[in-house]
Amino acid sequence: MSAPAPAWTSDLVPGVEKGMVLYLEGITVRFDGFKALDALTLYIETGELRCIIGPNGAGKTTMMDVITGKTRPDSGSAWFGQTVNLLTRTEPEIAQAGIGRKFQKPTVFEQHTVFENLELALAGDKSVWRALFTRLTPGQVERIEATLETVRLQGRRDYLAGALSHGQKQWLEIGMLLMQEPQLLLIDEPVAGMTPQESERTAELLLSLAGKHSVVVVEHDMDFVRSIARRVTVLHEGKVLADGNIDAVQHDPKVIEVYLGQ
Amino acid sequence: MAEPRLLRIAPGRDPGGRVFLVLLTLTAVLVPLMYFVVPETSALHLSGYTVTLLAKYMSYAMLAIAVDLIWGYCGILSLGHGAFFALGGYAMGMYLMRAIGARGVYGDPVLPDFMVFLNWKELPWFWHGFDQFWFALLMVLLVPGLLALVFGFFAFRSRVSGVYLSIITQALTYALMLAFFRNDMGFGGNNGFTDFKDIAGFPLQDPATRVVLFACTAIALGASYLLCRFVVSSRAGRVIQAVRDAENRARFLGFRVESYKLWVFVLSAVLAGIAGALYVPQIGIINPSEFSPANSIEIVIWVAIGGRGTLYGAAAGAVFVNYAKTYFTAVLPSFWLYALGTLFIVVTLFLPRGIIGAIGAVRRPKARP
Repeated sequence: MSAPAPAWTSDLVPGVEKGMVLYLEGITVRFDGFKALDALTLYIETGELRCIIGPNGAGKTTMMDVITGKTRPDSGSAWFGQTVNLLTRTEPEIAQAGIGRKFQKPTVFEQHTVFENLELALAGDKSVWRALFTRLTPGQVERIEATLETVRLQGRRDYLAGALSHGQKQWLEIGMLLMQEPQLLLIDEPVAGMTPQESERTAELLLSLAGKHSVVVVEHDMDFVRSIARRVTVLHEGKVLADGNIDAVQHDPKVIEVYLGQ
Repeated sequence: MAEPRLLRIAPGRDPGGRVFLVLLTLTAVLVPLMYFVVPETSALHLSGYTVTLLAKYMSYAMLAIAVDLIWGYCGILSLGHGAFFALGGYAMGMYLMRAIGARGVYGDPVLPDFMVFLNWKELPWFWHGFDQFWFALLMVLLVPGLLALVFGFFAFRSRVSGVYLSIITQALTYALMLAFFRNDMGFGGNNGFTDFKDIAGFPLQDPATRVVLFACTAIALGASYLLCRFVVSSRAGRVIQAVRDAENRARFLGFRVESYKLWVFVLSAVLAGIAGALYVPQIGIINPSEFSPANSIEIVIWVAIGGRGTLYGAAAGAVFVNYAKTYFTAVLPSFWLYALGTLFIVVTLFLPRGIIGAIGAVRRPKARP
């Protein structure tokens, strides 16, 4: 499980501060010469709820891909806490280390019931052999029921996930992330396509998660960002353009020029 | 399109599977009785030919269940499962050839006839051990299993999936067919193996042996069904279905998708190999045409027609299509391929969940939200 970290990375992570859950430093990703990320540096504090905004092509999704191990950067370093070097880990290893990712499009297992979706997301041994013989313990069933309640899907327990509404699928997916007991949640456009009531409910849900988990939300909807964000980071052309609370960011002339003013 | 189902029947309840097991038990009990006990003058008497034919259908049903496990549940469309079936068959065939002993046409106590004919002086190394029945049985499991393990390891590790995987499984079985056609491979070339005399000391022509082999096939079919049922209703089964529906999601949940695919692929190949090993002594011949790509495609058609993702649907499809094949090739030989093609198109267009799915939709009205 523990791959030895290449020697060079330790030099690039100077004096790690306490209370940080994610360090991205100097991350550069090139696709055929195009820099999707350009020496991006970003830190996320433990228990923080951070919104990341930016125009299309700003590198938000690529950043998520680097954190979850889907894309390897050309240079830079990425650490989860102070011990896990994300650049040497595979996607399942990163998921098991405690980073959960919610995709832009809701991807739940449509042919499984809501309950089974949460069961599959349970933290623990994911090996084939264990999965063949394991049974749910009463404690695990309780956890699943509690998560159903958190995401308000108690009444849909035995429905096939494919029969849920768009908003319900998004919540189910957040519930699945919670089952993995992640320290860090990455959430891509949670309210795209949601009704105002659903957005409001999602905002409540994300706010209730902050503190227990660190949450990074990528979102376009400014009203939604205003309703949840304490701190906003604006990405542009693969770099951090501005960073601060929502009011400061919204009045930043650079931000207005590239993003909000459009 | 099929109606989206809102609720699923509880996994513990499996009405279709129960019907399948009851029918299988009845077949396993009644067929030997009708063959042995019912007098030949009676209309209920079954000939030895019919018993063997039913055993052939059952070994095909087992093969179809193996394909349904990998395709219907894990979403991997293998168009090369005929190869695993044939390899199991060849492993059994090698034993049966060695068991002929000195009773062959050339009377060589060790070398099978085709080797004497090719002027070979000694047994190739890979034929050693096949004079032992237990060794042959071991090879029936190991050869298809190891091939699936190695092939699957590289294919899944490179994340080859979808139509590309289907194509390389076709290439696999085609390459094996060409190899087995060659005389110098040491597997009888074009003619394969035939003229078997006995198995584990019992003459193959003896009605008692015939019935025992029939019973073994029925037991193996029932056991494979129960084993696959156990797998698909375990959490591992839910994982492989999750891999089928949203592979990346499963990966991000921390499942090693490749291990699950590989594991199911190997299990499926081993079951196919056992089916082949049961097929060969009863049919009495194995040759390289079993590796032909068309054969593997036909298996997939059985599963599609029966209804994938239910296991018993695959078995029903295999029996139904092969019964139709037996019937048509006797009555209207030139018509069979058109009938099969038409059946496949009709099922794909109008019954996407196969015959079993269509029966289920009629019997069980849509669940209300």
